[in-house]
Amino acid sequence: MESILVLTHADDTGSALSKASLEAVTAGIDLAARLSALLTIGIIAADAATAASSLPSSGARLLAVSGEAFAQARYASDAAAAEALCRAASATIVLAPGSSRFTRIMAGVAHRLSGFIDTHITGLSGTENVEASRWFYRQRIEAVLSRSARPWFLLLDAGTHAAFADEAGTAQVETITVELPALRTTVSGFRAPTLGAQTIRPDAKLLFVAGAGWTKKQPDGQAHVAEAGDLILGFLHATSASLGSSKSLVDQGGEGNSVLPFLTHLNQIGQTGATPRHAKGLSTCCHGEEPHVVGWRFIGSRRAISLDPNCGWTRGKADVVYVADAFPVMAKLNALLEAAKT
Amino acid sequence: MANILHIVVCAGIVPDPLQTLEPVTTPAGPGLKNEMVLPAVLDPWAASALYEAAALAAKNPGSKLWLVSLGPKAKLQQVMMTVAQKVAFELVPIDGPIGGFPDAHSTAAVLAETIAALPGLDHEKLLLFGGWESATRGAGVTLQLVGERLGITDQFQGVDQITFSDDGSFEVLERVEGGKHQVSVCAGAPAVLGWATGNLAEPRNNPQVGMANMRTIMPALAKAKVAKLDANGLSYLSVSLPKQQRTTRVVKDMTPDQIAAELVEWIGAE
Ligand SMILES: Cc1cc2nc3c(=O)[nH]c(=O)nc-3n(C[C@H](O)[C@H](O)[C@H](O)COP(=O)(O)OP(=O)(O)OC[C@H]3O[C@@H](n4cnc5c(N)ncnc54)[C@H](O)[C@@H]3O)c2cc1C
Repeated sequence: MESILVLTHADDTGSALSKASLEAVTAGIDLAARLSALLTIGIIAADAATAASSLPSSGARLLAVSGEAFAQARYASDAAAAEALCRAASATIVLAPGSSRFTRIMAGVAHRLSGFIDTHITGLSGTENVEASRWFYRQRIEAVLSRSARPWFLLLDAGTHAAFADEAGTAQVETITVELPALRTTVSGFRAPTLGAQTIRPDAKLLFVAGAGWTKKQPDGQAHVAEAGDLILGFLHATSASLGSSKSLVDQGGEGNSVLPFLTHLNQIGQTGATPRHAKGLSTCCHGEEPHVVGWRFIGSRRAISLDPNCGWTRGKADVVYVADAFPVMAKLNALLEAAKT
Repeated sequence: MANILHIVVCAGIVPDPLQTLEPVTTPAGPGLKNEMVLPAVLDPWAASALYEAAALAAKNPGSKLWLVSLGPKAKLQQVMMTVAQKVAFELVPIDGPIGGFPDAHSTAAVLAETIAALPGLDHEKLLLFGGWESATRGAGVTLQLVGERLGITDQFQGVDQITFSDDGSFEVLERVEGGKHQVSVCAGAPAVLGWATGNLAEPRNNPQVGMANMRTIMPALAKAKVAKLDANGLSYLSVSLPKQQRTTRVVKDMTPDQIAAELVEWIGAE
């Protein structure tokens, strides 16, 4: 019989489980029911007891590693914590969120347990065996795979399961002690790459993509970069959309600096950028070339505004393409959105 | 004061992203149609790692830079014709399978064994570089596994910048959720750094660097060891291209006002 461990960690508060962790809990509960398997949930947090209060009725055995050393995401301490939880649970299958915190350590942890890992899992199926879906070649080829070797670690992509929601309550938690190795790394905090408002919003319904066309010479023979910046920021302000970019646009400033100061490589979508998950996406002044569009794999409804009637978006990559000048369209759109707010 | 660093960059080769990919079944498992003739490039994020490594080595005289790459020998040679012109390195080729479908644990075992045996490598000076994810498997696990096998427990992924201090410690910026960087300070080598884009543009081709590199690359390729990779119980039930080709409505005759009105409705709709 399989025994399933779901590994979770706290969010930035240190005392509540991250949303991606709660999604992994849902996946664990589903899988345990399907395989009639035992379920354990492991928690890594500065204050794990409080974090566990969101799990009183999960039906799982709860194990926790708690303490100041686990307030921050660091390889040596997190890997030691996850290893201790895995040993205590003796699980054959370990599910965990594919967060930056766990993607940093989980392959190493799998190795310590003489196990194997597959990451970026987008779906789990199968009743006899576990079958996991994931993409290869930057979201261009989809595969369903399985492993006979155990323990098998599976890191789940965010947004592939609903977050587990429970009445807050007291949960019975077993504390696991961890022998920490000498820590040679100190985490000092976070830094935003640009000044001003945060433009990357993973939880937004809408992705807004700006392409290199925004900074190119327009029909009047001039570039209108300042106006482009105002229109883009105006739209983000009106909609709280997440801002993405093509590679060509973020590369323009050279050495990592974009000509639009609020854009960085972190905004880049595509082959060598991000593959976010949003219900809708609006592309503007972007050609829709394959290395860009692979980053749109998990965007539901897609629209594009481009001057080029033969751009990539028109070839089955978007649902609607408006062949039009994005400057007047976005000016009007922003005006309508602002008017609707008041 | 300069820090003497021994930087090992792990980088695979991948199909040029502009190529059309089609999965096929081969006797060795899934693969790509015409895989051996598809034009290949150095894996992009690993290429960022290589350029960052070269810049770091140049700033710290006495440092060494190895490029360890596992792939079919003939393909490695092709890709090296271009890569060799970018920055100076010593190639350590391993003749093995291409593509994203072989198991990462096996790849990591071969890489770790090769790195551990590099003549002149000082583990205490080792910075293990690579891309944080490949453009083939995209799993982000190989480098980490190599690090574990080499006993390195200071590991960083999604790295965009490292800044060294005179005492050998360095500050590192790693990508985390929500478009931010986590800032850490590590006491120094040995460490694993899986790079994202970094801050450096692709270096221009320099034929002189190319010629100097090729003098050691060709003999290294000639004696590249051959690696066979275990599946480790991994099996593929299906491998396919996405089905959803959208039916695109191309709108050519609407005014900006009409388009804006339609978009407002679309944005507001659930
Ligand atoms: C190894 C590799 C990795 C890559 N990775 C990525 C990646 O991760 N992400 C990525 O985006 N690209 C990536 N690329 C680059 C990709 O191939 C394209 O070059 C890039 O996406 C083009 O960006 P763009 O569409 O913004 O610019 P362009 O190709 O310059 O297109 C600009 C578009 O804007 C339109 N336009 C101009 N003015 C207006 C206006 N006023 N109104 C409306 N439309 C207008 C033009 O008609 C044109 O269609 C990669 C390439 C390689 C080789």
